[in-house]
Amino acid sequence: MAAIIDVQHVHKAFGGLRVINDCSIQVEQGSITGLIGPNGAGKSTLFNIIAGALPLDSGRVLLDGEEITNRPANELFHKGLLRTFQIAHEFSQMTALENLMMVPPAQAGESLVNAWFKPALVRMQETEVRRRALEVIDFIGLHHVRNELAGNLSGGQKKLLELGRTMMTDARVVLLDEIAAGVNRTLLGDLVTNIERLNREMGYTFLVIEHDMDMIARLCDPVIVLAQGSVMVEGSIEEIQNDPQVIEAYFGAAS
Amino acid sequence: MNELVFFINNVVIAGSVSGSIYAIGAVGVTLIFSIMRFAHFAHGDMMTFGAFMVLLLTTAFPGAGAAFGVPSALVLLPLAMALTALLAVGIDKAFYKPLRAHGVKPIVLVIGSLGVTLMLQGLIRLFAGTSGQSLYIDDRKEIFRLALPFEGVRAPVVVTEPQLYLFVITLVAVVGLHLFLSRSRLGKAMRAMSDNPDLAQASGINTNTIVAVTWVIAGGLAAIAGTLLSLDVTFKPDLSFFLLLPIFAAAIVGGVGHPYGAVAGGFVVGFAETLAVFNWSVLLRPFRDSLPEWLTQSGNLAFVGTEYKIVVPFFILVVILVWRPTGIFKGKVI
Repeated sequence: MAAIIDVQHVHKAFGGLRVINDCSIQVEQGSITGLIGPNGAGKSTLFNIIAGALPLDSGRVLLDGEEITNRPANELFHKGLLRTFQIAHEFSQMTALENLMMVPPAQAGESLVNAWFKPALVRMQETEVRRRALEVIDFIGLHHVRNELAGNLSGGQKKLLELGRTMMTDARVVLLDEIAAGVNRTLLGDLVTNIERLNREMGYTFLVIEHDMDMIARLCDPVIVLAQGSVMVEGSIEEIQNDPQVIEAYFGAAS
Repeated sequence: MNELVFFINNVVIAGSVSGSIYAIGAVGVTLIFSIMRFAHFAHGDMMTFGAFMVLLLTTAFPGAGAAFGVPSALVLLPLAMALTALLAVGIDKAFYKPLRAHGVKPIVLVIGSLGVTLMLQGLIRLFAGTSGQSLYIDDRKEIFRLALPFEGVRAPVVVTEPQLYLFVITLVAVVGLHLFLSRSRLGKAMRAMSDNPDLAQASGINTNTIVAVTWVIAGGLAAIAGTLLSLDVTFKPDLSFFLLLPIFAAAIVGGVGHPYGAVAGGFVVGFAETLAVFNWSVLLRPFRDSLPEWLTQSGNLAFVGTEYKIVVPFFILVVILVWRPTGIFKGKVI
């Protein structure tokens, strides 16, 4: 299998603090790769670098062989690289359904000419987008709150909505940033099921940052352990859990 | 009846005129705030710049309007709008964008815009001089006197030509903006970005485009407001600068970041100003006999003197900020 995301020798410092230090990771096409590590290991920074939210100091990031180093997030979106946010983001003044309908790219209504002079075409596409949004909202189990303002949803529901957003367009890679944090156990089960389904049925590749070890164990293979800005170990969850280096990084010296 | 005509002339028409100008200005200010999260102090001078462009163009082509039967300034307004939009985008590229790229706090941008204000004012003064100039160069300012068909009415309702254009253009601009924001994808993208810029970008919205579009709209509207104001009175390099306070008051009254609120706020401030300086004793004159003497004896029953007109927006601002800090409409997001 080929690497769909290829991070090569990335460095990033904030002032004097070297957060990412010669970090190289590969995410295989079709995999659900986990990214774990103690607090301050640089997981979120690395994520933001891949997602185009932070400029890197040196190194390269490739998406399916194409260089995407320092490209803005909106360009990556159109290349099929989507992300969710650690703290759930939503358009608070739009309903849950409208939040999903915001996503699909290249609608006819985007052009002013079409918006004003070809209302029929725009309406047809809107109907199509709405149909898909309704399907997605059923899929993520938010049908009953579809017409509520997204700002009023619970933290867990917002996380589900984040996942729903990634389903509105044909993504190739989805970066999930602590999607389980603050989500209750029942919803979490739904989330994991949904991620697995997306991976299996729609061929999404996932890169997952997670603190919940159960979820990592259920979902991810392989798992990459980040510590002090570079890769410490990479392997299956069993290998990781039995690696003395990892145990030391997480629990201090294992004596 | 004559008193009523006096009221229409001095309150209804005068209030609508300043209300329209404030509304168009405040919409620009509020849009800029909702997308870039800073108070753009140079807006008044962008208005002046628009009017100045019209002045230059009208001087160059004084006969342009004759073919259409409207003042040349009006025919050349779209061109001036385009130039002002260009200026707005240019100012953003040169001054605000580098600041944003460094991730500065909004207050730094506000101070930056104050600098732009001084620069624009200086430039306009340098080229236009400091005196007032009429935008009517080759044509005449029409004044319509509408006599009301009632007995005993001597005074006519007076509306000038630029005032009528102002009302029509304000209406068109507001309706057009509404359709743009609610119907077009670009308008929706603006709403999305004002709600959550990070998410908007992660949803594939090119935030640089949205910023540019915002400046184009704000610049175009500023040119409209500045030109129509200068048509109504005369062009002066500091004319629009002095409208900054009522315009900001209008934007805040309506709820900052809320374009419809800005329109409403513009008219609230405009009418409050004219009502405050209106001499009410004129309206009371017909009821002289049935009113107590202390009320009728004074010849001037205005709430404040005309010279204190500028205080009114301040007063409204304070009242709104105390009573309803988010404005009439809940602000922050388009």
